[in-house]
Amino acid sequence: MTRVEILGLELKNPVIAASGTFGFGREFDEYFSIEKLGGISTKGLTLNKRDGNKGIRIYETPSGLMNSIGLQNPGVKGFIEEDLPFLENMDIVILANLGGSTLDEYLEGIELLNNTSIDFIELNISCPNVKEGGMAFGIKCNTAERVVKEAKKVSKKPLIVKLSPNAENIQEMAYSCVNAGADGLSLVNTFNALAIDVYKRKPIFENITAGLSGPCIKPIALRMVYEVSKVVNVPIIGIGGIINWRDAIEFIMAGATAIQVGSGNFIKPDISLDIIKGIEEYMKEEGIKSLEEIRGII
Amino acid sequence: MKENYRKGIIYKNTEISPNIYELVLEGDFHGIPGQFYMLRGWDWLDPFLSRPISIADIESGKIKFLYEVKGRGTHIISKLKKGDTLSLLGPLGNGFDMQMEGRIALITGGIGIAPMLYLAKKLSGEIHIYSGFRNNAYFLDQIRPYVKTVKIATENGSIGHKGFITEIFDPKDFELVYACGPTPMMEVVLKMCKGIVPVFVSMENHMACGIGACLGCTIETIRGMERVCKEGPVFKGEEVVFND
Ligand SMILES: Cc1cc2nc3c(=O)[nH]c(=O)nc-3n(C[C@H](O)[C@H](O)[C@H](O)COP(=O)(O)OP(=O)(O)OC[C@H]3O[C@@H](n4cnc5c(N)ncnc54)[C@H](O)[C@@H]3O)c2cc1C
Ligand SMILES: Cc1cc2nc3c(=O)[nH]c(=O)nc-3n(C[C@H](O)[C@H](O)[C@H](O)COP(=O)(O)O)c2cc1C
Ligand code: FES
Repeated sequence: MTRVEILGLELKNPVIAASGTFGFGREFDEYFSIEKLGGISTKGLTLNKRDGNKGIRIYETPSGLMNSIGLQNPGVKGFIEEDLPFLENMDIVILANLGGSTLDEYLEGIELLNNTSIDFIELNISCPNVKEGGMAFGIKCNTAERVVKEAKKVSKKPLIVKLSPNAENIQEMAYSCVNAGADGLSLVNTFNALAIDVYKRKPIFENITAGLSGPCIKPIALRMVYEVSKVVNVPIIGIGGIINWRDAIEFIMAGATAIQVGSGNFIKPDISLDIIKGIEEYMKEEGIKSLEEIRGII
Repeated sequence: MKENYRKGIIYKNTEISPNIYELVLEGDFHGIPGQFYMLRGWDWLDPFLSRPISIADIESGKIKFLYEVKGRGTHIISKLKKGDTLSLLGPLGNGFDMQMEGRIALITGGIGIAPMLYLAKKLSGEIHIYSGFRNNAYFLDQIRPYVKTVKIATENGSIGHKGFITEIFDPKDFELVYACGPTPMMEVVLKMCKGIVPVFVSMENHMACGIGACLGCTIETIRGMERVCKEGPVFKGEEVVFND
């Protein structure tokens, strides 16, 4: 009943674990069977291994948090050798989230991923936490368009482009990416934000700014998904502050085919199971046979 | 499968010293000394993240935590009463190495004393505790039955040595040291013990998931970045890279 289809691939349900909040699934699989999820988006990968940022990485805010992890990851090769074997044995759709600092880095990463069993590449042009993390590509339409165009030429996997809410204009950005060949879009990544330690008289984070996520961003993320769904006709994955089934249904009504749960995983490891169950119950109550019936009705 | 967040019923939650609370929950809880739980004393979304708190003791049917009220989260927890419930996830982290024996020193600064009762109870060997506080000593009455000697230092001299606890500690007297407290204290302990006696330190960092997935709690070690919630919170002293 909760099945959805993205680019010809079937997901058991529309709930996907968001990149960076779920590792490569191993830790969460100790708390619940992650095969119950529709999909998993991996920790953001880069061509080469990265240690990530120094200093404080997590800072709580009202109904959310700021993070500055800095894309700590084992590199694409490390992922393929160490982490993918665990995931590919599972009945779960895999999105390999890929960041990069240069166009070549993205393209080399894609080439390595082409020969694996991952289902989608989620092209991260939106990480705010490293200079070379890709956000530079996600602010202005013309730079984004260039990366997506080249990525699409190389990629044998369907390409989902993950948008930054920090883009100058989210509708134009979405339109440009689809024009350049994006098969789907996911949004949003974290909002660039600032916190200051008033006693030290310094920013909390070494990078000065960091990415804001959690329930506090939900209404803005929802508005962006709604706006984007009006200008493109590719599948959209809605992300931002989703912590219960009601949030998920809102994103679907605003035009999303599937959704991702990020910060919510921190307050309850199996929060996605509650969301899936809630969606099922809502569908039963409302006599909805397929989520297609309510997608984009706003 | 590991157990998800579960409810604990509060048996007692009392202030044993200004701003220092002892929290006891009823239920069948597990864990070894040095491990911790993520606590949520609220059902709503704000505060958003759970608070990591060390196991202070486990006895049949009860778990104890010792915490200092610092900000909003611990303040909310301090207002809970007997019979109220609290959500918790754990046990998490690696815990102390319990194979060790011999003459062991436990060195604590402030609320860093929290994991030491359970550790002293479970360790075999001859245990001596060195505890530093700002003004008031606490929790030592409970630890005393399980250790050979108790040494105290306070910054204002109200009890024990006036000054820092590291000033009355001699690493040559011991075969092993466990330290938990503010980073500057642990750095002094490590410097003093270097080349003389091995030290294990219990580290802190801000946490989001608590289970090793978000990479929010990492610290620098000689092996690279490691997660306080997974590879830690207990690290070999010489493996931690302190940079400040
Ligand atoms: C493994 C581990 C074990 C701990 N054991 C104990 C214990 O037994 N007793 C005790 O009193 N304290 C312990 N702490 C510290 C305790 O977690 C913090 O004091 C507490 O989270 C502060 O929350 P707050 O709401 O009072 O403060 P706020 O300042 O309002 O907290 C804001 C955010 O910062 C985080 N934070 C602030 N200070 C710390 C800190 N020192 N360490 C980690 N996160 C912090 C909070 O968790 C929260 O996410 C431990 C920390 C760790 C990492
Ligand atoms: C700790 C943390 C790490 C993240 N790492 C990544 C990442 O590596 N790649 C990425 O595309 N998004 C990353 N994100 C963004 C999330 O995938 C998601 O887009 C964002 O947090 C908004 O959703 P939420 O409010 O449900 O958390 C990260 C978010 C958090 C909180
Ligand atoms: S708190 Fe998430 S990895 Fe340690």
